[in-house]
Amino acid sequence: MSIEIRNIRKQFGQFTALDNVSLDIAAGELLALLGPSGCGKTTLLRIIAGLEKPDAGQVLFGGADATHTHVAERQVGFVFQHYALFRHMTVFDNVAFGLSVKPRRERPSQEEIRERVMKLLKMVQLDWLADAYPGQLSGGQRQRIALARSLAVEPKVLLLDEPFGALDAKVRKDLRRWLRELHNDMHITSVFVTHDQEEALEVSDRVVVMDHGHIEQVGRPDDIYEHPATPFVTQFLGDVNLFHGRVDAGQLTIGSYEQALGQHQDADGDAAVAYVRPHDLDLTLQAAGALAQGRVEHIHAVGPVVRVELQQADGQTIEAAVSKERFRALGIVPGDTVYVTPRKLAVFLQEDAGQQDYVI
Amino acid sequence: MATLTTESRPVRYALTAVALVFLFLFLLLPLIGVFWEALHKGWQLYLAALVEPEALSAIRLTLIAAGIAVPLNLVFGVAAAWAIARFDFRGKSLLTTLIDLPFAVSPVVAGLMFILLFGANTVVGGWLQDHGLQVIFAVPGIVLATVFVTFPFVARELIPLMQSQGADEEQAAIVLGASGWQTFRKVTLPNIKWGLLYGVILTNARAMGEFGAVSVVSGHIRGETNTIPLHVEILYNEYNFVGAFACASLLALLALVTLLVKSLVEWRLHRQQQASTLRTAAARLQAQAAQP
Repeated sequence: MSIEIRNIRKQFGQFTALDNVSLDIAAGELLALLGPSGCGKTTLLRIIAGLEKPDAGQVLFGGADATHTHVAERQVGFVFQHYALFRHMTVFDNVAFGLSVKPRRERPSQEEIRERVMKLLKMVQLDWLADAYPGQLSGGQRQRIALARSLAVEPKVLLLDEPFGALDAKVRKDLRRWLRELHNDMHITSVFVTHDQEEALEVSDRVVVMDHGHIEQVGRPDDIYEHPATPFVTQFLGDVNLFHGRVDAGQLTIGSYEQALGQHQDADGDAAVAYVRPHDLDLTLQAAGALAQGRVEHIHAVGPVVRVELQQADGQTIEAAVSKERFRALGIVPGDTVYVTPRKLAVFLQEDAGQQDYVI
Repeated sequence: MATLTTESRPVRYALTAVALVFLFLFLLLPLIGVFWEALHKGWQLYLAALVEPEALSAIRLTLIAAGIAVPLNLVFGVAAAWAIARFDFRGKSLLTTLIDLPFAVSPVVAGLMFILLFGANTVVGGWLQDHGLQVIFAVPGIVLATVFVTFPFVARELIPLMQSQGADEEQAAIVLGASGWQTFRKVTLPNIKWGLLYGVILTNARAMGEFGAVSVVSGHIRGETNTIPLHVEILYNEYNFVGAFACASLLALLALVTLLVKSLVEWRLHRQQQASTLRTAAARLQAQAAQP
């Protein structure tokens, strides 16, 4: 079922959690709401679920206004950040809960409930834990039971609040892949909230990047990563180096470095910031055409990529990531002076970068 | 299990000994004293002191007061704890403070408050008396005073518990389609039942044992407005030690039964959890064995 969010506003006292947010979610889509804590992503998810009431705006499910539909009647599945399993019930009873509280005439028979619950438990590969209590499960197991419980009522929409937030790195990776596969099989419209950009980019069909109650950018993961729309998105999606310069009629100047941009044609000597990801920086020993120079401070050579930390004359650090081969060819050691050239940079004029510098 | 302390052996023994001696001197010895005083002249006198009409009337009145105060404060306590732990509203901190009022105010003052409010020569009391309802120096006053002094127990027990458990499980139940009542009965109540039971036990113990507030509003009419504690005092002042301690032993017995019930409840809970842990361990082994 598709979801439309129209001009949602939500205020908590003086704090504006959501400021006029609109968003269309296609049926069968797996969407990630990504942003730092306090950006409003969880509030938006809870408004979609009906656990929170918006101050203004509408939520439409499959084209029909659901803004004032009670949570219990929205037919959504909600997976809470800390699972919220019923601690006094067995795993079986947890999963069966949604079916057993149905009004008598809609409620399936005991055998049907049993069958459906065991099927779901098999699906999450935990049928052998049916008799256990939530307190006896590991984090990953609890998460899967929480998911099975929310799917038992056959929801039209699945909402997940930081689904992998409380798990350790290994389990997290497994569960991510598993959720992706599950979604491929079931094709239920799903929205999940996360502050982990890697998770959002890896799992979802589309990513919504949020900050301070606004949507900053919506798009496919590769699109967002390659073409970030704002300085905030650029910085939030991963490590990035900042270079301050000027743009004049589409020409970027940083120190002695010059480059023609396909954008900012009407800029008139405006201050600008160029953002370059570590792996978009190449290291050379030639000064000609270099963006900047620095002294090699640290070399992290673990893994396929070598990360080199440079210190500029003004004390700023530059981080570059080069392949092992390139690193060997250069033969640099700490203390050497090297030059960097950008393969790709994102340039934003200072007026929109100014106040939004975001430290990760 | 390995000990986590680094204290030397003598220090540990000394601390344990201090605790045990203290418990013996201030709890166990007086308790034994009560039963010894009550029984040392024989069972006959003991039983006679309990079944004489005035004692029976005191027992009946105590049961009535507790029988009304406990259910009333159970409902009030759950409602107040629910409201305070789950919702934000104007006057929440005022309500939280007011719940503690009976603890803060001396029971005698509490009793006097009711006299000022419902006494025969006050507006409310006078009006009620004209309509045939005497509150002060009668059963309704005793019930009121008992309800007043016992009303914090259940709420006090539940508020921190419900706050620490959070509303997640209840929200999960509602998202899954449960009604408000279903959520309360199937999710909230099972989660708070031990705290609730403990609150009820405390409420009951205090309701039966309350002296100060009840003493002020009772008027000490023998066979009519005396509860067990008031009856004990009267007998004691009349040098009827066997009678006084026989009735006192009833209250002491109540305390012992209370502790016993509590331990039983905890023991059963513990056993239930152990059984399920064993079942899970067995299932885990089976699942491992089934894997190639």
